[in-house]
This record gives sequence, structure tokens and C-alpha cells, in this order.
Amino acid sequence: MSGLAGGTARRDAAGGPPEPGRHRPSRRRLTRRAREELHGRLLISPTLLVVGLVVLAPFAAGIMLAFQHVRLIDIRSLTPADLDFTLRNFTRVLGGPGFWAAARTTLVYATLTTAGSVLAGLALALALRRPFPGRGLLRGLVLVPYVLPVVAAATVWTTLLNPQYGAVNEMGRRFLGWTEPVNFLTTRGVDVAGLPVPVALGVVVLFEVWKSFPLAFLFVTARLQAVPRDVEEAAVIDGASPVQRFRHVLLPQLAGVLLLLALLRFIWSFQNFTDVYLLTGGAGGTEVVGVRVYQELVTRADIGTASALGVLMTLALLVPLALYVRLSRGEREERG
Amino acid sequence: MAATARRPRRPLDRHAVESAVLAVLRIVVIAVAALAAVAPLAYGIVLSVRPFADVVADPLALPRPGEVDVSSYGTALRDEDSGGFGLARFMRNSVVVATASTVLAVACSVLGAYAAVRLRFFGRDAVSGLFLAVYLFPGIVLAVPLFVLFSRIGLTGTLPGLVLIYLAQTVPVSLYLLRSYFRAVPASVEEAAEVDGCNRFQVITRVVLPMALPGITATALYVFMIAWNEFLFALLFLVGDRERWTVSLGIARLADFSIPAPVLMAGSIAITVPVVVGFVLAQRLLISGLTAGAEKG
Repeated sequence: MSGLAGGTARRDAAGGPPEPGRHRPSRRRLTRRAREELHGRLLISPTLLVVGLVVLAPFAAGIMLAFQHVRLIDIRSLTPADLDFTLRNFTRVLGGPGFWAAARTTLVYATLTTAGSVLAGLALALALRRPFPGRGLLRGLVLVPYVLPVVAAATVWTTLLNPQYGAVNEMGRRFLGWTEPVNFLTTRGVDVAGLPVPVALGVVVLFEVWKSFPLAFLFVTARLQAVPRDVEEAAVIDGASPVQRFRHVLLPQLAGVLLLLALLRFIWSFQNFTDVYLLTGGAGGTEVVGVRVYQELVTRADIGTASALGVLMTLALLVPLALYVRLSRGEREERG
Repeated sequence: MAATARRPRRPLDRHAVESAVLAVLRIVVIAVAALAAVAPLAYGIVLSVRPFADVVADPLALPRPGEVDVSSYGTALRDEDSGGFGLARFMRNSVVVATASTVLAVACSVLGAYAAVRLRFFGRDAVSGLFLAVYLFPGIVLAVPLFVLFSRIGLTGTLPGLVLIYLAQTVPVSLYLLRSYFRAVPASVEEAAEVDGCNRFQVITRVVLPMALPGITATALYVFMIAWNEFLFALLFLVGDRERWTVSLGIARLADFSIPAPVLMAGSIAITVPVVVGFVLAQRLLISGLTAGAEKG
């Protein structure tokens, strides 16, 4: 903010473009201010329009639908006169079998995915920071999982994990002495040395980390490029060790982007439907809330309960959003 | 400050140990990442050129040069009338949808991001807050009311309906991405352009866009990939209309039909190659520093 104001002052001091009919500086500043106001609104309006029509309005409609007793076949004949107010959807959703298990699964899934994705992206960005022959190629290659269409990736993984002819089971048989093929996508858990290990959930978490760490890598790398070299060089001269340089010079610079990444990944993973649906369809203890919404909407054809589930998901996501807003505001003030 | 905070007693030893450990870690990280990134795709490619019977007989074998069999690609791409699975048609649909979404989303978000970074206007902070809030709205949550509303106005089952949704879903993130890139363009350069007589539009097209080109490329790729890869809305809107299936929906549906694994892999690779190639090529744009040297002198 202060930077902008300063910029305006400097522009005026510099004289600005010579325009006919505007000679007095004070009047020119007013005109410039008014133009800025107009241009700002004009430039933002296409975005506002689209978001308003396709995000905000449907969101409001979703909240409304959560309190209606409405099924998929009622859509065609639905009119505003049919609106009523019922909490039936919420009682059905919250009391439904497996809801709390799904909520827990979603939380575990989102948390593990976020941590794995951000840490992997950070580690790789740091590892690829210094130039070496072939770095450009590597940077391109590691982005492959992110670029892969999710359906193609899920199809390849499903084939890799196939119990009959999948490479993973074959390697287990050949090198690890597995006697029975493991059906990774439907098995809830196995005991490894007496410890229960979730199999299908582990696979979907691994898949999501694998698919999303390149984005984290890309963000961190872009931010790393903007880190001023002189501070680091000064730290080297001051005798800071590599870990200290990371901890005290790089990490403060990267904290903002890491936080943004973590919150985005959490929010996206929390609502994930596609990846889980394509891999397991919700089997083997991987039924996340996103898959339940789809089942309510398509399988049970109940718009009311599907919307109610959506509202509950949104409520749960208010916490990370509030967190993000507060932290980002604090950061902006720090920067001045 | 960093050095005085801890006061290592023997800085040289500590440095040597840390450097050695980090050097090993660095190689491990790079190796694991490269393997993880490439192995599944390589596996898909290998499987796509082997006959299914061979795959079942020996899942891990590599085909000998004479055994490479690319007929699965033809089978996947050909139209249903010619005994294929119609993937070429799905790809055409996806190209149209993804290109339209990208052009519209980048246009909207360039203008919006510039306004949000450089212009003071009534409600600017509210706009920023709004786009932050849009992150919150989960796709699966919006899917329900969007499905209802688009059914009512007859947009389900159409490609423009999908474009509209992809546009709305990517514009807030694009704007967010671009904002940070635009912030990195020094205001002094823009001011200089204004002094030289550029109007607002010229400042955007001649100064901000070239300087933020890596960011804009990244944003465009992001939108294109979201649109090309998107599955949920394609599933909800188009599942009943095989003519309009997009690549994601097409492959996912084919996977349900229990078609032979090599054909499925061939289809997956075919829809992947254009995106991967485009991305790896454009990657060069992203690597150059943003505004290095722009403010000197």
C-alpha cells in the first residue's frame, strides 16, 4: 500500500505524460486517481462476473438445497415455490453409517498428503537449486506426474498394482517372497511385523503426494529464484553453516510460499474426489467425504443430502481458510 | 545474524559434516524424484507396446526390438466404427475445451491481477478476499448445485458448459499466481513507461506482459492442464453422450469396460504425450529469473 502511494507521488514529481488541458499538478492527480478507480473496476469485472455466476451463485444455491427435500428426478419441475426448510438432510447425513469414519479418513488423507507433498517439493527444489549438467532436463522430468492427466496416472497405477499382471505384485513375488498377491486397491490393512498398515489408504495418499509434489517444487523453485543472493553471500561471509543458512536466510523467505502451498494442498486434498474415486472407488477404507457426496448425488440421487454433505465440508474448511487469511495478513504487515 | 545466533565452536568441522551429509541427501532426493516421476510413465509406455498375452505371462519383461507392437495405439485412437475406441475424437473435444478455457482464463486473470496489484479502486481488498474465499469452495461441493442449475438451463451435455466451469474454477487461482508475478515487476519500470507516454493498456501489453511472461506461461499451462485433466464435471455432465466425451472421461470409461491393458495404456500415453511435450518445452520459459537486472542503472 505504502509502496503504491509512494509510487504515485514519484510519478507526479516526474511530471507524467504531457497531456493537453491538464496543467496543474493537483488537478492531474485527481484525474489520475479517478481513472485508476475506473480502470480497476473495469479490469476486474470479467473475473467477478464469471466467479459470481459459476461459483458464488451456485454456492448459495448449494446451501439452499441442503435444506430442501429434493431428489434428482425433481430437478426438472423444481420451482422457487417448492422451497421449504428442513434439517432432515443433516440428520440423515450425520447419522448415516460410516459418516464419521469417512470424516476421519478425509482428515488423515488430507494431512498426510499435505505434509508429504510440500516437504517433497521443498526438498527437491533445494536439491536442484545449484546448476549442474542435465538440471534443466531433470526439472522437466520431475514435473511429469503433475502434468499427467489424472485419469492416465490412475490407470497406470491401477495396472501397476494389478494382482494378476501388475509389476508391483510380480516384484513382490520374485524378490520379496510374497506368496499371495496383494490387492492394493481393495485391502484395508495388513500386519507388517505385528503393526497394522493401511494399504489402500496408503496407496491413495502416496498417489496424491506423487501427483502433487511437482507443483510444490515449481512454486518453491520460483520463489527461490527471487531470493536475493547478497543476503546469503553475507551469511556465508559471516560463517553460517549450510543448515544455518537454510534455517535463517532461506526459510524465512520461503515461509510464505510454503504456507500457501500447504493450505492449498490441504483444502484440495480434503475435497478430493477424482483421485480416490478413480483408484479405489472408496473401497478398502478410503471412503473420503468427496466420494460420499458423489454417491449421494449419483447413486442415491438425493440432492438434499449431497448438498448437506457439501455444506458440512465447507464448514470444516473454514478453519484452514481463516488461518490462511490471518497469517497472510500478518505477513503483509511485516513486509510493510 | 545467522552466525551469531548459534556460535558454533568449530565452524569448519560443522560445515564439513553438514556439507557432506547434504551432498549425499541431495543425490538421494534427486534420484528418488527422478525415478518416481519417470517410472510409472515408462511402465505405461512399455506395457502399451507389448501384446497382452506376453504381459500376463511375464509382467516384468521388456519387449525385444522385434516384438514392439504399436497396434494398441491404433486400436485406442480409431473410431468405434472401425473397431477402435474413439480416442481421437475425445482428444479433439478436449483440445477445444482446454484451449477455450485457457484463453479466457488468462485474459481475465491478467487484467484482474494487474488491477489487484497496481490500481487502487473501491473494493480492491474485498476482491482479494473474495478470491481467497473461492479457494475454499470445493469442486465436489459446487458440483451438486452446478449440476442442478446447468441441468435447468440446458448446459449439461455441452462443451461450452464445461468451459464455463473450468474458467470459473481456474480464474481465481490464475489471478493469484499472476499477482505474485506482477508484484515482482518493479513499479519503477511501469512508471518509466508511463513517463514515456504509454497508456494503461500499453503498459500492460508492452511492459508487464513481457516481464511476467514466465508467470503467464505457467498460468496458461496450469489452466490448460486443469481443463485437459478434469474428470468430475466431465463425468457429471457428459457421461451419457459418448460423442462429447473428453479424454479423461473416455479413458476412465474404457477402464471400466475391461478392455485389454495394453490398449488402455496406449490410450493413457496418447492423452499424456501432448501435455508432457508442451510442458517440457515451455519449461525453459519458467527457468529464467523474473526481473533480473531490470532495476539497475
